[in-house]
Amino acid sequence: MNAILSLILSGGVVSMLVAIPLLGVWALPHVFGIHLEWLFGIVIPYFAVIIFFVGIVYKVVQWGKCPVPFRIPSTCAQQKSLPWIKYGYAEKLDNPVSTAGVVGRMILEVLCFRSLFKNTRVEFGSGETITYKSAKWLWLGAMAFHYCFLVVILRHLRFFTEPMPFFVPIIEKVDGFFQFFLPTVYQSGLLLGAALTFLLLRRLLDPKLRYISLVADYFPLFLILAIVKTGILMRYVFKADVVSIKELTMGLVTFRPVIPEGISVIFYLHIFLVSILFAYFPFSKLMHMAGVFLSPTRNLSNNSRIVRHINPWNPPPKYHTYEAYEDDFREKMIEAGLPVEKQAASPAAKE
Amino acid sequence: MYDGGKIIVGIIIGLVLLTFPIWYTHGMAPKRPEVKLPEKEKQCVQSKEYMKTKHMQLLDLWRDSVVRVAQRSYVAPNGTKYDMSLQNTCMSAECHAKKTEFCDRCHDYTGVVPYCWDCHIPPKEEPKEKPEEMH
Repeated sequence: MNAILSLILSGGVVSMLVAIPLLGVWALPHVFGIHLEWLFGIVIPYFAVIIFFVGIVYKVVQWGKCPVPFRIPSTCAQQKSLPWIKYGYAEKLDNPVSTAGVVGRMILEVLCFRSLFKNTRVEFGSGETITYKSAKWLWLGAMAFHYCFLVVILRHLRFFTEPMPFFVPIIEKVDGFFQFFLPTVYQSGLLLGAALTFLLLRRLLDPKLRYISLVADYFPLFLILAIVKTGILMRYVFKADVVSIKELTMGLVTFRPVIPEGISVIFYLHIFLVSILFAYFPFSKLMHMAGVFLSPTRNLSNNSRIVRHINPWNPPPKYHTYEAYEDDFREKMIEAGLPVEKQAASPAAKE
Repeated sequence: MYDGGKIIVGIIIGLVLLTFPIWYTHGMAPKRPEVKLPEKEKQCVQSKEYMKTKHMQLLDLWRDSVVRVAQRSYVAPNGTKYDMSLQNTCMSAECHAKKTEFCDRCHDYTGVVPYCWDCHIPPKEEPKEKPEEMH
C-alpha cells in the first residue's frame, strides 16, 4: 500500500471515530431524542479496558510460549572471553553475562531508549567513502513523546483517585511551571502534540520511511494526536464541568458507574478515542510496551560459552544401547560364534 | 511457557501498576462536593453554567483589566455593574464569603490548586465555634 492510500485510510478511520461520539452524544439527542451517554461514558470504556487487559495478558502468554533456543550474542560489545581481553564496565553492560548486567541493559533500554540512541544514518561522504553519522532525532522525539505521555497519564490520576496520590500535585506543579494562561498550561500536553507531529512528519518527509510506513504506523499516530487535541481543546477552549467528569470517572474506577448531567460532548469524544486506543492496543505495534521486556537481544545474557543451552524443541533422542542390541540378537550372535557379554538366559531370567 | 515464572511475575507487576486507580480507591468514591451558595444573593455576575466552567477565565480577564488597564467596572449580561474584585465582589459577605465552603470544595475534589492565593488573602473566616456555622 502506498503512502497516500495509507494516509487516507488511517486518517479516514480516525475521522470516522471522531464522528461516532459526535453523532451519538450530540446529534441523536437533538434529532431523535435518544440519549447514549451511558454507552460512550460507561459501556464502551469498560469493554475497551477489558479488551486491553485480556489482550495484553493473552499476547504476553503467547509470546512466553515461544522458545528462545539460544542466546543472541549480536550485541555491541566484546564478549566475556579470556582474562587478558578487556571486559570492563561498558562491556558488562552491553554484553552481559550476569543478571545484574542484563538488568542494567534493560533499564537503559526501557527508560532511556538506548537502541534508538545508537541509531546511525549512512551517508556518502566525499568521494567513494561511506560514513555512519549518529542520528539522534528519532531518539529525541521518542523520549519527548513517551515521557510527556507518561506525565499526561499520571496527571489524569487526579480524575481516578480520591484523595490523589502525593506525586500528582508535584507533577502538576512542575508541569505548569511557567504559569501562563488560565487554566495553567501544562507543558507536557503541548510537547506531546509537538513530539507526535515530529514523529508523523518524520514518516512523511523521509522517502525511505514513507516507503515502509503502513496504516498500522499512521493510525496510532493520528489516534493519539486526536486524543491530545480533544484533551487540549477540552481543557483550554471548550471547557468542561470537571466536577461532573470526576464523578463519572470515579464511578468507573469504583464500579458504581454514573452519568452526571451537564458533561459536554467534547468529553465523550475524548473518552471514546481513549477507549479505542485501549481496545486497539493489544492488536497493534503499541504492544511494544510489554514486548520490550521480552526482547531476546536485550534480556538474555550472553553466556553461551559458559552455560549449555539446549534447544527445547529438539525431539527426545532415541538410543539403542549395546545391551538392547545384544538382547535382540543374542541367540544369533551365539550361533555365529560372536562373543556376548551376557550368556543366553532362561526365559524367566530375561525379564 | 518458557521462563514462565519470570513472565508471570512481570505480568502481575504490570497488572498491579496499571490497575493502580482501582485498588488505590478500593471502591470508595467520595460524594460529589456541593458548594454552599449564598443565602440572600441569588444573582451571580454570569450564569451558573458559565461560572461552573469558565470562572477562572473571567477572573483572569478581571485581573488583567484591573491591573493593566485600571478598568474596574464590569457590566454583567443583565446590565448590572459590578466592581471587578475577587475579595470585595465575589467573596463579599453576602456572596461566597468562605473560601473553605465554596472555592475549596470543588478545587480539592478535582485536585486544582489555583494561584489566586499567591497574592490574594482569602477573607477571614470566623473560627468554627457556633454550631450553626458548622455545616
